[in-house]
Amino acid sequence: MTFIQIADLRKEFEMHVVGGKRVVGLDDVSFDVHDGEFLAIVGESGSGKSSLLKCLYRTYDPSAGTIRFESEAGIVDLASCSEREMLSLRGDEIGYASQFLDEIPRVPAIDVVTRPLIEDGIESQVARDVARDLLTELSLPEELHDAYPATFSGGERQRVNLARAIAPRPRLLLLDEPTSALDPDTKAAAIDLLDRYLTDETTVVGVFHNRDVVSQVADRVVILDDARLRRIVDVETYVAETADEAQGAGA
Amino acid sequence: MTDDPDHEEMAATTDGGLATVADEPRAVSDLLSETEAGIAGYNYAYLDEHTKREVRRGVLNAIALPGHQVPFASREMPLARGWGTGGIQTTLSLLGPEDTFKVIDQGSDESINAANIRRLAETTADVETTTDTTDASVIQTRHRIPEEVLTDDQILVLQVPTTDPLRRVDGSDDANRRRHAHKNYSKMWVALYENVVEWGEIQISARYPVMVHDRYLMDPSPIPRWDTSKLNDADSLFLFAAGREARIYAVPPHTDVEPLAFEDRQFQVERFDGKRCHRCASTDTYLTEVTDEDGVTRYACNDASFCEKRIEDPTLSKSHHLDDETVAWGPGTPDPLVDDARRETVLDNGNSSVTEGGDEA
Amino acid sequence: MSLLDAENVTRFYGDVEPCGRCVERTGAEHGRNRCPECGMVVGCADVTLSVESGEVLGIVGESGSGKSSLAEMLALDLAATDGTVAFDAYDGNFLDANYEERVDLQNEHVGMVHQHVGDGLNLEFTGGGNVAEALLAAGWRHFEDVRTRVRDLFEETEVPADRMDDPTSTYSGGMQRRVQIAKAIANDPELVILDEPTTGLDVSVQARVLDMFRRIQREQDVATIVVSHDLGVIRLLADRTVVMRHGRVVETGLTDRVMEDPRHEYTQTLINSVI
Repeated sequence: MTFIQIADLRKEFEMHVVGGKRVVGLDDVSFDVHDGEFLAIVGESGSGKSSLLKCLYRTYDPSAGTIRFESEAGIVDLASCSEREMLSLRGDEIGYASQFLDEIPRVPAIDVVTRPLIEDGIESQVARDVARDLLTELSLPEELHDAYPATFSGGERQRVNLARAIAPRPRLLLLDEPTSALDPDTKAAAIDLLDRYLTDETTVVGVFHNRDVVSQVADRVVILDDARLRRIVDVETYVAETADEAQGAGA
Repeated sequence: MTDDPDHEEMAATTDGGLATVADEPRAVSDLLSETEAGIAGYNYAYLDEHTKREVRRGVLNAIALPGHQVPFASREMPLARGWGTGGIQTTLSLLGPEDTFKVIDQGSDESINAANIRRLAETTADVETTTDTTDASVIQTRHRIPEEVLTDDQILVLQVPTTDPLRRVDGSDDANRRRHAHKNYSKMWVALYENVVEWGEIQISARYPVMVHDRYLMDPSPIPRWDTSKLNDADSLFLFAAGREARIYAVPPHTDVEPLAFEDRQFQVERFDGKRCHRCASTDTYLTEVTDEDGVTRYACNDASFCEKRIEDPTLSKSHHLDDETVAWGPGTPDPLVDDARRETVLDNGNSSVTEGGDEA
Repeated sequence: MSLLDAENVTRFYGDVEPCGRCVERTGAEHGRNRCPECGMVVGCADVTLSVESGEVLGIVGESGSGKSSLAEMLALDLAATDGTVAFDAYDGNFLDANYEERVDLQNEHVGMVHQHVGDGLNLEFTGGGNVAEALLAAGWRHFEDVRTRVRDLFEETEVPADRMDDPTSTYSGGMQRRVQIAKAIANDPELVILDEPTTGLDVSVQARVLDMFRRIQREQDVATIVVSHDLGVIRLLADRTVVMRHGRVVETGLTDRVMEDPRHEYTQTLINSVI
């Protein structure tokens, strides 16, 4: 079943600082996201992966096109709905994990993860326990749970960020290279956690660099190239087609 | 009275003639001829008629707006501002020849200031003077309201050093006038709050802020808390006058006057812990500490003239001059029956000390 | 209707007779806010914005952009030259409220946290007394009830309750800011306005004050307007953001959109100027 229907999506930036130069971030992108699937977005850097994700979250205002999202209250065009509607969806249905943790400096890691759960109405001790479990699963050392993430390494911060994003099990989860800074073991733990913690109730759209990760988590793969959608394939096809590259890279 | 309309205008309880400006020179010369030679050249009651009218207008305005500070054109007086010039101007504007006048200075009729003010009225306004509260029609006072109940024939003129109770919390009169205009008294409430935080109860010894008729916050002048409740629903008229600040305000008869207090931190009067007056043995009057040359501290009634009466008759009630002797008047006005029984015991124990006190004096 | 809907809010400064074209001759596109014709300074003009209940609106701009004038007008501390504001708790144009209504609105419906502590607190009063003032002004007359509520508010805003009876002048800057917040929220207002909430505070204190406020804001779901020149503050607190320059709103949007996809030339410069 179609969960999100993206049609003719275009994003163009006008750079006043460089004399009004126009940069195209996404051009004429159309595809569907299915209910409950894990969709990976791949492509070279600058191909528009993050732009696509940000358009879905409305961090970027699409220049043209529609994003028809099957919300609990009916179909909403994320490209044109009001800002308040978007805020409300972000609060209730759509989660986002950016590449870097963006939090108030003096908040302990555990509280960062707990907060969205409390805002969902979960009792605070229960929320704390869930948060602690998630951080433990992502092998964030226990002694760091109550420390401030500002002092953490990139990988540690990324774990906090991922835990926070998945904790409330949003209906749509947008992940922007959530494992890029993790070491192989933690990466494996994170992938394992995504698989176990999230249910079919959560549809994931994630930007990934790493082919191995894609092969482990994704159901289908969107391939972007130079701001355009090149293809959308199932993960087996993707893995098969990129086997050469993987070997090449490994050699 | 009928042959001299100006006299009627000056009488304390009438104000009908205020609007007409009579041919004053005639009245002035007439009046002067009736007074003592020593004040020849002065108008009746010292002030010129324009000044008196100005003060009376202020008084009428003040009565119309209970608790509201009404500005008036305060004149120079033959004594320094701050020594009761507002009170004197008000008094002299009210007095007529039929009036009987009393002056109290901190409870005493005999201070130099009180005696001088009394003499000024006596010589310029041709009034009787008295030290007996119940005989007086106009009483000018500083820092006290008499112990004996005031009646609807009496006016109490209180001398006021500081007119605005809000000045305790904000030095800006501009801002304070605005607060009064809009009944915005939260700053005063904070001061009370802080007072309770510091002392556990509201510790304002004198000038206790009161709400008049649920509208204006008023400074009752530096009377002790003991006297504050006498302002509430009284039969008499209270006028408050400040010469230096050129303001008059009033509490008309039967006006609600409520001391500011919290529901759970009530307004409290001074406590004398069972002390009694060493002269008259009273326990229901405002007492002041007196230390003699030998360093012995004793307590005495602050209201000297009532104390004299109590020495004569220790059972005399504060409302002895009224038909109804149960009129409430300040704190410590006890039920007469209970009071009689209690007083018996006080007198039995206290007789010797009263005698001793007399000997020493 | 939103909690607050402001339309064409305008404020002029100057003793001159306005020429009538001051607004069209000033603004971001002219790069000035002083009218070349008559010399009138247009503090802010034609500002239209809305705040939903529970929402945090950021107003960002450099000094002289008109953001503080706007905040002061919305807090009823400054008279507007023109404009209408519909506010949930008030019938009619909020900007036209008379003194009495204003005192009531400021005390019970719109809490203001001033940039300068002296504008918001009486430093001679105790910290507790300053917070109590809001309650007493709202008619609280039971001393122990006031104490209990003040103590709760101190705990809520993370000020040590054992300091509540000390003079406010003895408090640190961060504590004074917290006491202002405690006072602002004392009567559960529908709207709180924060004017430069971190200015003058140590960096470590800034973060804790922001976090404390954000927690309270979310727990109590109180709508907030936060005015700051600091993009970091806006980014951390605001759901939606208004960018001002030369007295005009040049851009409005979701905060992350304004930060990451700025459209107006000035906003792009502002974002690119962050150190």
